[in-house]
Amino acid sequence: MADQSLNEKSAALGLVTATGELPIFAPGARVRIKDRTPIGHYRVPHYLRGRVGKVDSIIEPVAVDNEEEGYGRNAGAKLHYYRIAVPLTEIWPDYVGAPRDGLYVEVYETWLETVP
Amino acid sequence: MSGSHDHDHAHDHHTHPHAEVGATGRPGYYDMLETAVRELLIEKKYFSAGEIRRQIEVLDSRTPALGAKVVAKAWTDPDFKARLLANGRAACEELGISFYDDTQLIVLENTDAVHNLIVCTLCSCYPRPVLGLPPDWYKAKPYRARAVTEPRAVLAEFGTIIPDAVEVRVHDSTAMVRYLVLPMRPKGTDGFTEEQLAALVTRDAMIGVIPANEPEGARA
Repeated sequence: MADQSLNEKSAALGLVTATGELPIFAPGARVRIKDRTPIGHYRVPHYLRGRVGKVDSIIEPVAVDNEEEGYGRNAGAKLHYYRIAVPLTEIWPDYVGAPRDGLYVEVYETWLETVP
Repeated sequence: MSGSHDHDHAHDHHTHPHAEVGATGRPGYYDMLETAVRELLIEKKYFSAGEIRRQIEVLDSRTPALGAKVVAKAWTDPDFKARLLANGRAACEELGISFYDDTQLIVLENTDAVHNLIVCTLCSCYPRPVLGLPPDWYKAKPYRARAVTEPRAVLAEFGTIIPDAVEVRVHDSTAMVRYLVLPMRPKGTDGFTEEQLAALVTRDAMIGVIPANEPEGARA
């Protein structure tokens, strides 16, 4: 879905982009879904918190944070959602199935961190 | 009403007693809560009763027949299929299917190597613009929990056995994107029209719990 080279193209034009305008994680990047328990509305399922996965793709266009939207704040800053692929064996150590079976989920940028 | 044929006919079949269809008991806690909140919001003019009724009409107008039409077109038109996989919502909009809930749609293609399954572990996110309301089992906790912990066992209960060489991908739909499975086109359907193909595509096949139906006479 995403134009994966948007970052490179805008850089080639010498553009300065706004904070949050461009995705900060690239497809293929290893990321951890953050393990936190905020008070209020959230969309990241508990079973995925702290799990390490891979960015499958970037979802365009940027979108409002569902967690803010839950309180009627449906305008203002937008960031990217990413489709994250996590092996089911990474989520459930005793997973019964094929080793390549995977879980795909869309996660907002604020819930992801780079895995060094 | 002279010849009460229809009535008599229906009556003949009405030998099993059943509860009267109607609200005769006391409403439950959540029924009353919903009524109270709805009436309050209408009274405060956030929306009207007519707008609620209209929204129900919007939902009722969406059925799996829309999704089946999309799938059948993808099976017969490679260019459309490419557009559908690139941007599900835009391709559906080409066919006149609007996205009243402003969700995006990602279409997941089943192949010989990958089998896709859709779930919403948080609640009931579902591609309503193209499929209508989800089935009750989709919203129930056993499916929501088991689809992500033991998808192959869930699929097997639907009669769908996925070979180990095929990757199972479970898509947990939780935020702003909805998913639709593009099942594999059944064998023995060469030369079928879009209408004939659409008749083979069920709601459950587009959730990913079963394949598309095989044409009549093709079953061994």
